[in-house]
Amino acid sequence: MSAAWACVIVVGVGTFALKAVGPVGVSGRKLPAHVVELLDMVAPAILAALVVTETFAHGRSLVIDARLVGVGAGLVAIVFRAPIWLVVLAGAVATAVARLVT
Amino acid sequence: MTRGFRVAAPLFPAAAALGASFGVLARTAHLNALAAIVMSATTFAGSSQVAAVSVLGAGGSVAAAGVAAMLLNARYAPIGITVAHAFRGSPLKRFAQAQLVVDESWALSGGGTPRFDRRVLLGIGAMLWVAWVGGTAVGAFAGQAIGDTSAFGLDGAFAALFTALLAAQLRDRRRVAAALIGGAVAAILIPFTPPGIPIIAATGAVVVGWRRR
Repeated sequence: MSAAWACVIVVGVGTFALKAVGPVGVSGRKLPAHVVELLDMVAPAILAALVVTETFAHGRSLVIDARLVGVGAGLVAIVFRAPIWLVVLAGAVATAVARLVT
Repeated sequence: MTRGFRVAAPLFPAAAALGASFGVLARTAHLNALAAIVMSATTFAGSSQVAAVSVLGAGGSVAAAGVAAMLLNARYAPIGITVAHAFRGSPLKRFAQAQLVVDESWALSGGGTPRFDRRVLLGIGAMLWVAWVGGTAVGAFAGQAIGDTSAFGLDGAFAALFTALLAAQLRDRRRVAAALIGGAVAAILIPFTPPGIPIIAATGAVVVGWRRR
């Protein structure tokens, strides 16, 4: 088997398992109130970490580039309560334009 | 599920274009078109696929590629736990439905909030899967004709999307605090740890901070 196919299988099986942890491993059980309250905090923490990663991470370095312009344009759209598709479009256009001129 | 389709429709072109850029990348990393498409259809987690084929393309081992991808996907354990209560039926059914969980389907369907709707998640996930796998096929076969997809600004678009999803979460001081801690931990760790660790550490920091109160 080639390395490419081995990689497809290893990553596929591993991801199947990670995605199943919650829905298969925990599902159906009634979680105690304090755990539910704790899980409420997980979503903002993960999303904030994703925002930082997607905006500033380039491998293992933090960089400021066209993506920050895209996020800025997205923020303007968010402040004006634009629908999500407009936020995404504003982000793409602003990033593309910033990349073109820099 | 129809509501999920509607929510995901605006993201379809962006997800397809990202899929195409993965298809192009996979070919340059010596995956054939079939392997690239099978990977998108099974793994269905963009950043980890990009990381894995980049490691292979740079001459890394299968083990190194697997570890890089698993670190990036480690967040799906806590993400899955936040929505686990809504999954019903046989383990096999839950296992299959769990594969439609990706960052976007989870967050757009209200994952981790009381208004989470599993059917919306499945609708969004199914639509993004079609876009991602279809895009991969186009990229893997048409490769060079597409050119440099970074010119489309998709990376900035997804950063803006996550910003919007985060903004919708910031309903009270506790959640704002969790976001600030999560973002700060990620920013501090990015230079020092492999990709993926900062996100899982951000989750861990909030969990530990909450329990120590």
